[in-house]
Amino acid sequence: MSERKHTLSVLVENTPGALARIAGLFSGRGFNIDSLCVAETLDPTLSHLTLVTTGDDLIIEQIIKQLRRLVDVYKVVDVTEEGEFVEREMALIKVRAEKETRAEVLRMCDIFRCKVVDVSPRTYTIEVTGPQSKLQAVIELLKPIGIKEIVRTGVIAMRREKKNP
Amino acid sequence: MTGAQMIVEALKREGVEVIFGYPGGAVIDIYDELYRTPEIKHVLVRHEQGAAHAADGYARSTGKVGVCLVTSGPGATNTVTGIATAYMDSIPVVILTGQVPTKLIGNDAFQEVDITGITRPCTKHNFLVKRTEDLPRILRAAFHIARTGRPGPVLVDLPKDVQQGKAEFYWPEEIRLRSYQPVYDPHPRQVEKAYRLLESCTRPVVLVGGGVISSGAHEEVRELAERLHLPVTMTLMGLGGFPGSHPQSLGMLGMHGTYYANMAVANSDLILAVGARFDDRVTGKVDAFAPMAKIIHIDIDPTSIQKNVRVDVPIVGDCKRSLEKLLEIVKEVARPEKIWREQFKEWWEQIEIWKKRYPLSYKQEGEYIKPQFVIEKLYELTRDKAQSGEIIISTEVGQNQMWTAQFYKFDRPRTLITSGGLGTMGFGFPAAIGAQMGHPGKLVVDIAGDGSIQMNIQEMATAMEQGLPVKVIILNNGYLGMVRQWQELFYERRYSAVKFQVIPDFVKLAEAYGALGLRATRPEEVEPVLKQALESDRLTLVDIHIAPEEGVFPMVPAGRATTEMILV
Repeated sequence: MSERKHTLSVLVENTPGALARIAGLFSGRGFNIDSLCVAETLDPTLSHLTLVTTGDDLIIEQIIKQLRRLVDVYKVVDVTEEGEFVEREMALIKVRAEKETRAEVLRMCDIFRCKVVDVSPRTYTIEVTGPQSKLQAVIELLKPIGIKEIVRTGVIAMRREKKNP
Repeated sequence: MTGAQMIVEALKREGVEVIFGYPGGAVIDIYDELYRTPEIKHVLVRHEQGAAHAADGYARSTGKVGVCLVTSGPGATNTVTGIATAYMDSIPVVILTGQVPTKLIGNDAFQEVDITGITRPCTKHNFLVKRTEDLPRILRAAFHIARTGRPGPVLVDLPKDVQQGKAEFYWPEEIRLRSYQPVYDPHPRQVEKAYRLLESCTRPVVLVGGGVISSGAHEEVRELAERLHLPVTMTLMGLGGFPGSHPQSLGMLGMHGTYYANMAVANSDLILAVGARFDDRVTGKVDAFAPMAKIIHIDIDPTSIQKNVRVDVPIVGDCKRSLEKLLEIVKEVARPEKIWREQFKEWWEQIEIWKKRYPLSYKQEGEYIKPQFVIEKLYELTRDKAQSGEIIISTEVGQNQMWTAQFYKFDRPRTLITSGGLGTMGFGFPAAIGAQMGHPGKLVVDIAGDGSIQMNIQEMATAMEQGLPVKVIILNNGYLGMVRQWQELFYERRYSAVKFQVIPDFVKLAEAYGALGLRATRPEEVEPVLKQALESDRLTLVDIHIAPEEGVFPMVPAGRATTEMILV
């Protein structure tokens, strides 16, 4: 059985300790969390959590069942298994931008539709959103120019609606 | 109403009759309220671990929720072993812990500890109450979560200012938690599939686990087994879920299970597992477990299904309701008993051969008392009570536990109280106290080892104070016997740290507490001493000096296939 990345979408009661319970479930069983994003939903008593983890089918089945067993957890969906989905991540990248590279950085931003959100004489800070593959591509291209700092949010995901109902 | 008043009122409304606890600064307000509430009996233990185990023993023997009340900090941490024990065996217990005032939480205040953080992995759920007005709702939810679905321990942490605050008491009669909806009714199609497999198999085994006992499905198991003529084996937690003296019983399976139970499972073509979770002590090497069998697995907790072994027909639901549905089909189809009998005739012949070849056995000869002989004698002397459910046996953990599981025949559910999943030494005696509190009229016996009994022996004072006539039978071999047995078999007899240089004189110890102490050192003394203990109307400690190097057999070495038994 092969290991695969799974993106789980979890609805959980917005109570203190709920996140710790979920994180604890992973650490206590030696499962890894690749990425985790949490925020309130339209209903402020519920939080939505997007969790990316890696494992074979049996491990993922266990993870999902264990999550559902938590008293605070309202709903768990394995987005990866539910057909097509949209996935986005955001990163802030502070990149070195000296006289000879400033134009090059801006060109790159243009191509990838990034936004410059802060400018200093020696740096640009750019905002990039997209699927993980796009972020990875931007980072790889900016690396030779000189990345000073990166902050990434982790993935959020949503199922695509059926186009032909 | 003050928070403390609300807590006691909530306990009354939940039908709590007895609380096991130990006071301290952070729970004085609740204790003050209990002082005014004679209808709730409080049992003062000598160590908070004892309180947690006693609440657990009360819950296991009565089927009600056990309640334990302790103070913050060390009071709370002392219950952790008891909580983990209840969690592993799915026992409904509510643990109330005191906490420092909310404004001091996180300040390293005196006797502060993050007990909800500490117990998160070993409770079914836990709560930290932040506002007095939330108390009734949270306590209601705590009891509901503890006793429904797959039962388990729930901890409620109660800051001192929340206990002292005032608010209006609002009791929610109905409780609905949107994120917690256990499934009780099995999927009908899955039950049909299960029936079809039963109709087409030739070598079936029913595997009864603790879930049968907690859901009260023992009558259904028995009816199904008798109608279909199925052999039945039990896990340690399942003992009593099907009568051990029944001709279709194969006894316990697994590491110290019977030869015939393990052989039957290994050669079966269908396993009907009810409320059992396929623990590694049951399966042995998983890859070699029942290689030819299709598996039907009934469990209320979907997490248990497919966790350790592959399952062909998963049935998520309450064991009792699921078996009821299965029995409905059996009755509808009305296949004559003769046909079932015919279908499994050869299988039973094979099982009888295994039974004859290697029955559970030992030899009582020479000057040493064999522990198995003690258990058999105890069974002989209490057989009537065992069959009517008038005796409750608790055990400690280790060899004493396994000899009891092998040689005592548990016919009724909730008559064996033992720490299965966690294997907690020191569990049996406080659990016996809890069981005796729940069943004042029954005979309660704790079978102990000299190691285990010393882990919570201080609770003798508790038993004396409450006037509980618990009988403790110590199988004293001067060793940590089970570890010694492993060292003997797998570590070339390097007996590292398993022999106590000092063992107290248990008879004198009993007397020091005001209890009755008895001793047997020769085989012929066993019966009279047991009789005297069973007839005694007070706390009694029986120190029985057994053969020091006796082992528990059969044994499946850890990680081996269950067919690779050491029989000796």
